[in-house]
Amino acid sequence: MTPQETVERALALSKADGCVVVANERSETNLRWANNTLTTNGAMRSRQLAVISVVNGAAGAAVGVVARSAVTPDNLEDIVRASEHAAREAGPADDAAPLVEPDESADEWEAPPAETSVAVFGRFAPDLGEAFRVAGSEQRLLFGFAEHVVTTAYVASSTGLRRRWAQPTGRFEINGKSPDFARSAWAGQYTTDFTDIDLGAADAELTRRLGWAERSVELPAGRYETLLPPTSVADLMIYLYISAGARDADEGRTVFSKPGGGTKIGERLSDFPVTLRSDPRAPGLECAPFTAATASFGGLVSVFDNGQPIEATDWIRSGELTNLIRTRSWAAKTGAPPRPIVDNLLLEGQPDGRSAEEMIAATDRGLLLTCLWYIREVDPQTLLLTGLTRDGVYLVEGGEVTAAVNNFRWNESPVDLLARLTEVGRSERCLCREWNDFFTRTAMPTLRVPDFNMSTVSQAF
Amino acid sequence: MPDIDPAFLALPMRRLADAALARARELGVAHADFRFERVRTQDLALRDGRLETTRDGEDVGFAVRVVHDGTWGFAAGVDLTPEAAVRVAEHAVEVATVSRSINSERIELAEEPVYPDVTWVSAYDVDPFTVSDADKIGLLTEWSERLLSADGVDHVDAQLEQVLENKFYADLAGTVTTQQRVRVNPQLTVVAVDRAHGSFETMRTCAPPVGRGWEYLTGTGWDWDAELAQLPEWLAERTKAPSVDAGRYDLVIDPSNLWLVIHESIGHATELDRALGYEAAYAGTSFATFDKLGSLRYGSGVMNVTGDRTVQHGLSTIGYDDEGVQTQTWDIVKDGVLSGFQLDRRMARLKGLGRSNGCAFADSPLHIPLQRMANVSVQPAPDGPSTEELIAGVDRGIFIVGDKSWSIDMQRYNFQFTGQRFFKIENGKLAGQLRDVAYQATTTDFWGSMEAVGGPQTWVLGGAFTCGKAQPGQVAPVSHGAPAALFRGVNVLNTVREAGR
Repeated sequence: MTPQETVERALALSKADGCVVVANERSETNLRWANNTLTTNGAMRSRQLAVISVVNGAAGAAVGVVARSAVTPDNLEDIVRASEHAAREAGPADDAAPLVEPDESADEWEAPPAETSVAVFGRFAPDLGEAFRVAGSEQRLLFGFAEHVVTTAYVASSTGLRRRWAQPTGRFEINGKSPDFARSAWAGQYTTDFTDIDLGAADAELTRRLGWAERSVELPAGRYETLLPPTSVADLMIYLYISAGARDADEGRTVFSKPGGGTKIGERLSDFPVTLRSDPRAPGLECAPFTAATASFGGLVSVFDNGQPIEATDWIRSGELTNLIRTRSWAAKTGAPPRPIVDNLLLEGQPDGRSAEEMIAATDRGLLLTCLWYIREVDPQTLLLTGLTRDGVYLVEGGEVTAAVNNFRWNESPVDLLARLTEVGRSERCLCREWNDFFTRTAMPTLRVPDFNMSTVSQAF
Repeated sequence: MPDIDPAFLALPMRRLADAALARARELGVAHADFRFERVRTQDLALRDGRLETTRDGEDVGFAVRVVHDGTWGFAAGVDLTPEAAVRVAEHAVEVATVSRSINSERIELAEEPVYPDVTWVSAYDVDPFTVSDADKIGLLTEWSERLLSADGVDHVDAQLEQVLENKFYADLAGTVTTQQRVRVNPQLTVVAVDRAHGSFETMRTCAPPVGRGWEYLTGTGWDWDAELAQLPEWLAERTKAPSVDAGRYDLVIDPSNLWLVIHESIGHATELDRALGYEAAYAGTSFATFDKLGSLRYGSGVMNVTGDRTVQHGLSTIGYDDEGVQTQTWDIVKDGVLSGFQLDRRMARLKGLGRSNGCAFADSPLHIPLQRMANVSVQPAPDGPSTEELIAGVDRGIFIVGDKSWSIDMQRYNFQFTGQRFFKIENGKLAGQLRDVAYQATTTDFWGSMEAVGGPQTWVLGGAFTCGKAQPGQVAPVSHGAPAALFRGVNVLNTVREAGR
């Protein structure tokens, strides 16, 4: 059965008051390396069918979700009945909303699933072998990961809605170290097909940074003027973004709740004209233009919203909080517009923002970071996060990098950083470090923060 | 011992294994293994007593891993036919071939006895997938309503994760294993909101996730009624508690908090793949390098740590690992000195350590097995003190209960933890709760400051469902046994001050 046949047959079998079927087809391949040699690899295929049944009741609609990977013509009816049974046992759903009606879309519904295979590394793998050879001859060790995943989602509803989206997601990370591991540098990139990965350029950047680290100085904990590169800004802004649920804020449970009730929408978070936004059509960062969810969670995502169109959304506009993530159910309860979560995130300042190199040149004395790591929430009230610096903290003096510095544990809130920043650089596409397992499509600027809180020294390298 | 689910046994794993392994043998591999898994999951979540998340999932699939021309090759698929199994075996060899040019370490595996056809099932009474959703949601609703009706509780989040995991493994050497295990993770969180001041506090249950069945929610292994009765009072007390003065304190740490410190600062630090650099670009490395085995002073002389995949109800517990190795128990830290690592077959061979100690695990039929964490546990002192006796030995300190925020660096030196509850200790007695506490330390300093270890009566098996490692990312369930313990002179931060307020 094709995915389209499967979802149509499941809908036809449904006896529920409403039904949404989400079929995901996935193929992926990866290479992983360490110490200038391959460590693991793989080529995997998978699929999943989720049947979401809605049963109306006096106290409200109930929902059941049954998701299975092994689906055959013989067991499809069992899956549909199990989903209906789950809905009847569930009781009213907290996030119940009318199912999404069909709209006009240009999706290629009839198209087969898009695919990838290990062939996507046809040019990359030999280049990597050559990079290992060169690195070995130059006393450097290379570590890293390359992955290409293609998922195709088919969303079909008893309302007649049919949507299809094929999403390629590639990530490439490379880490160079000295043989004693004491010096470390990192580069990463999001890609849709690996044709734009320039391994030679990435390796040259690592070599340049390892060169910066040939001189090292010890600095104590304290507050430092700090240049946060796009990769680090992305990790902080993603945390802010997933903490930006309207419901939690309305209930007084987040950093975006307003004393006295309500949310901070309309309040100024930064004196700089920074804009944090998502747009499924952002060039090079395209993502699904409709919701495809197989579970409701966290007040952020609802299975009832499957198929709803996703539009460009400004979360922070010119420094002012403008929107929070809001399901259709919560929107209806609060009289506010739905704001679905989007799978990309862009932070932008003024169009004439300086490049990272120009910002370094304009720094009298400060720290230049590479990555942030092991980021965890310490206090949701302020969205205080903790974490480490990783793979290169550099001392900038007189407009130039003069040495590498020890790593630090930091404690900072991304919301407070927006209020305290003193410069926003030019935004560029970047791959975050901590969260790139689940969030890869970002464009961020370098930020200058006058007093980043380095709480203690970490001995780690 | 419960039986293996007949619905799993009815799946065609043996036919697929025969087809895949035969094809791999034809293609000239030095090693091939076939793993077929079915993982059932159900997630339930309620907000303020109303159902928000319900999802019943089942993943079925299989993987073939080969060593071909000295190089790994791995492929996985979901079509359950012998023809598809043959194709996956061919893909695995193809992946090995493409990878050959970037592999410079010839792959060889440690020897392991052959287990011709063995079965293992974890210890539980009631498979949660045999309990009706109405009963499960009904219990979570009743608990939520009980908490919501208490003074000072504005919101209640309830969640329950359940897993039924079946693994079938067969390799060219002749080992065949069929296994089944069950685990559950119930959690409830209460929230107090002060609208006028725009502030809020939360507190979560300390019941650990466990390798048990539905019985865990109905009175076996945890006293839910007692914990739910106390939670609102503890929350109310915390909202009025004073903010901590930053500085050095003696800490008495409850097992509900200490398990996570063990996980981060011992469990991950003694994974040999980290020490060898395989995780250097992602999860990180370890200060506990291989050359320090037998000599590194990890902590004080009262520190004894074991690794095992055998403890009853442990989340990492299983009969045979994902490389066909029978599971074991061994020393990781003995009298304060590093004495063992966690291994898989390849690393055991590479370092000449004899047999693997059985830590290979893949979280899905589609992922490659890696060295993943055993149940790494700190042993209690045989005639050790009670928690009250430990507290009695402290003049100025803090008693810390429950885990919350955690973070540690890439080499497992510098860590920072918070908790669910912090009780001030004055002159050997508890003197009310404190707020805004975090503690920071360096691993060897911290374990070196452990002056006393509680007795077996204080020991609790904590743990988590979602230990992360590797790229592509894999999550693993793991337990950590901990006694209560006393640490002298640990650095305590005030988190409000850290935020610059």
